[in-house]
Amino acid sequence: MAYKRNIDRLPIIPADAKEHNVTCHYCIVGCGYKAYTWPLKKQGGTAPGDNKFGVDLTVQQGADAEAWYAPSMYNVVKQNGQDVHLVIKPDVNCVVNSGLGSVRGARMAENRRSDITGTQAQRLTEPLVWRYGTWQPTSWDDALDLVARVTARVIDKDDENDLYVSMFDHGGSAGGYENTWGTGKLYFGSMKVKNCRIHNRPAYNSEVHSTRDMGVDELNYSYSDYQVADTIMLVGTNPMECQTNLFLNHMVKGMQNGAKVIVVDPRRTVTVDSCEQVAGAENVLHLAISTGSDLALFNTLFTYIADQGWVDADFIANSTFQGDVAVAEDAAHPASLGSFEAARAACKMSLADGAAITGLTEAQIIQAAEWIAKPKDDGSRRKTVTGYEKGIIWGNDNYRVIGALVNIGLSTGNIGREGGGVCRLGGHQEGYFRPSDAHVGRPAPYIDQLIIAGGGKVHHIWANDHYKTTLNAAEFKRVYNRRTNMVKEAMDARAGATREELVDAIVSAINAGGIFSVNVDIIHSQIGQAAHVILPAVESGEMNLTSMNGERRLRLVEKYMDAPGSAQPDCIIAARLANHLERVLREEGRAEYADQFKGFDWKTEEDAFMDGYNSGNPEVTYERLRVAGNDGVQEPVKGYENGALVGTPRLYEDGVFTRHGREDGKALFCMGTWRGLQAPGKAQQQANHRFLINNGRANLNWQNWFLDQKNDFVMDRFPVPFIQINPDDMADLGLKPGDMVEVYNDVGATQALVYPEPTAKKNETFMIFGAPNGTQGNVINAGTNELILPNYKQTWANIRKISNATPAAARVSYKSWEVEL
Amino acid sequence: MKCNRLVDVGRRQFLRGGVLGVAGAAAATVMPAGQAQAQARALLDYPSARLGNLADLVVNEPMDIAYPDADSPGVLIKLGTAVEGGAGPDGDIVAYSVLCPHKGYYMSYHAADKTLNCPGHFSRFDCEKGGQQIWGHATQNLPQFALRVDDKGDIFAEGADELIYGRLSNVLQG
Repeated sequence: MAYKRNIDRLPIIPADAKEHNVTCHYCIVGCGYKAYTWPLKKQGGTAPGDNKFGVDLTVQQGADAEAWYAPSMYNVVKQNGQDVHLVIKPDVNCVVNSGLGSVRGARMAENRRSDITGTQAQRLTEPLVWRYGTWQPTSWDDALDLVARVTARVIDKDDENDLYVSMFDHGGSAGGYENTWGTGKLYFGSMKVKNCRIHNRPAYNSEVHSTRDMGVDELNYSYSDYQVADTIMLVGTNPMECQTNLFLNHMVKGMQNGAKVIVVDPRRTVTVDSCEQVAGAENVLHLAISTGSDLALFNTLFTYIADQGWVDADFIANSTFQGDVAVAEDAAHPASLGSFEAARAACKMSLADGAAITGLTEAQIIQAAEWIAKPKDDGSRRKTVTGYEKGIIWGNDNYRVIGALVNIGLSTGNIGREGGGVCRLGGHQEGYFRPSDAHVGRPAPYIDQLIIAGGGKVHHIWANDHYKTTLNAAEFKRVYNRRTNMVKEAMDARAGATREELVDAIVSAINAGGIFSVNVDIIHSQIGQAAHVILPAVESGEMNLTSMNGERRLRLVEKYMDAPGSAQPDCIIAARLANHLERVLREEGRAEYADQFKGFDWKTEEDAFMDGYNSGNPEVTYERLRVAGNDGVQEPVKGYENGALVGTPRLYEDGVFTRHGREDGKALFCMGTWRGLQAPGKAQQQANHRFLINNGRANLNWQNWFLDQKNDFVMDRFPVPFIQINPDDMADLGLKPGDMVEVYNDVGATQALVYPEPTAKKNETFMIFGAPNGTQGNVINAGTNELILPNYKQTWANIRKISNATPAAARVSYKSWEVEL
Repeated sequence: MKCNRLVDVGRRQFLRGGVLGVAGAAAATVMPAGQAQAQARALLDYPSARLGNLADLVVNEPMDIAYPDADSPGVLIKLGTAVEGGAGPDGDIVAYSVLCPHKGYYMSYHAADKTLNCPGHFSRFDCEKGGQQIWGHATQNLPQFALRVDDKGDIFAEGADELIYGRLSNVLQG
């Protein structure tokens, strides 16, 4: 039987309940929600005057009712030390989602920590230090003193290369402008840490170098562009699952207004099916290309469109570079950048070659080109908006393939125009404000491989979990466990020692090859099992937090509940760590270095916001963002007029491209010739293994698995990460739905639950990525694309059965995800 | 625009109650349950409502019902194969709310794979797995009605295991 809460009534929100602006902190779309709180011993009534929405609750509410909320939208939490009722429900007035909730965001309330209802008991509440053979709770001062003293032993002025830092750069969740500034000011301001990485990749780098080098920021449109486009092109992205309400509230409206849809994806996703439901199959073109052949497709399309003359000649003349090569190919630029004609020559690919490489027919490619670029009968531009994501970002030949896609947008004049844009669909929200990272270099250091090779003595980790979300994960875990255990054993051997003796013992172990690991997170993560000090952070809503979404819409989430225990915002943790480092360095007589750690006297997250983001955007304050509400303002903010912040709905409307810093403002084209599988080891792996292990995300636990690993509704559906396999392949391997299989290859192994997928191509599987109990990264080899971009998607392995379905796996449904109406 | 037409159909059925003859009879037995009594006790007092008789059911053909009252549409299905939680002599009779717990749209039954499907945003639920959401946007599985079958083969609904869309109390209260 499926999991049921057996909740058959809920407290009614009283008319005078407090109301807080909330932007869902899970995915990049950032749906607007409202949090309502009221005292525990009060309740609203069914009469219209007695509840928040002024409706008669003695009668059944209709579809899309504002006044209804699910049990998942309810909890009891602490607010200013008092227990209060909490309802977090979608905001019907927010332009982003218009009252729609996703299967993730609409569980925000249930996924808050509650002492009363027992939810999210996994949340960290107090600092922990490794002592007496396990983790012991302690005070912030004690924990931070140990971190500061050990860190101070391995860093010095202008010599900080033994401190490795893994730090999130995202908005939403526990990120946001406040927290990226806190960590950024510490590691890139007070220090110049070079050996660092971001939460989802093994280096501190862009995921989209080429589009930026071409002058095009990757979030350049407004979501409303989908509603007025003639064609929606979706590449390596699955928005029905991963940007759900962008799809339902904007793309669906575009289709209802007549837009055609092109989906480039080796597999048939729920998005393809949903587009067919809405637009009709005749208006949806699914280009199920051979894995990794995107560059060949885009170069063929670019060639064909240019040959037909379906380009915007005025736009090319006025807004793009004229000449030959502007930036030559080198170690920092995996392809030359230059003019339209130069790119046309470099990218030239015939329909026959394009069809052979992609596995498509020439007719399909021509059809796509017509939908993208063939002018309308009156000669006007076809408005084509393009969204792309990890299918190419974490696919083959990152730099060139993204550049090739932007080539199409630029040549057809579809960037900076209504109904256009070539944009990432994104994962999490953004909220990046830090001092320059130029000292990191380009290409940036490949941190996870450096750690495997013995690099680093102290490792500060801020909401990263390499164990779940890195490549070559099996080897990384083996080495990291060994190196951190060396330090744990040294600490255990000196139980009862003074702080000074303990620090000496730790430093000895570090110098013998160990690594001292400090983990800042909201839960006890998997890499946190290796940590020596664990510091509890808070999430959005437990602090005020600002972020922007995939159309650069900046909002303030208003704090509506207390932090668990003594957990702190990351920016405040960074400030207190800076304070302790300054103190320790001064005690050690290193006054000049200690001075670099001044400027962290923040008391609140708002102090961090004003010190950071506001210093570069003086119009923007918490008070003005409160007034702007859940619609917020689209960045960049241009001013403040008539009591409202003035934003920018769409970038580059003046045809001037600035992202690359060129003074002439001219965009560049990418001269990326097709060259097969680019990352090391991929072609060999393909040759030696039967199955493609394509991988990615799914609707239910996209961006929120860290909490959902303790959510009964979610874990009941998929107790183990799934792998979708064609039923004929299942028969070959003797597999039944729900069976446990091992996926293994030359670099590692992982496990998964078999889910039959009749639309899967033979020998091509799809496995869920980032699971807590079946790490897909174990079978990803260490080879990256140029500029250290992981190539997760092109992975091959063999599959063998481990066991029959477990009782938990046997209970769940294995039916198709495609709706039948 | 297939889905939109169906959405409209769903809304029309919903607004008029979506209720057929059997449901009317069920509603008639519901109302006498005193509201004051329901409010005074710790648990909701669900009505015991006769939905039909074993003889009325045809395998894999859903019967429209309403429970716990006329404004809460549902289906009663004899699946043809015993399932966990199934009622009746063959252990294969189930009943569910047909309002999608995401946004309250009226769902349709797809007999070929025994699922309930939402025309609004394409969520779907497995009638053979306790109403588990196979894929979708709802944050709960489908409310299933607890069934009892008496000696005469009459089938009664006597409770629900999740909150029904559109009401903050499964048994509406004043």
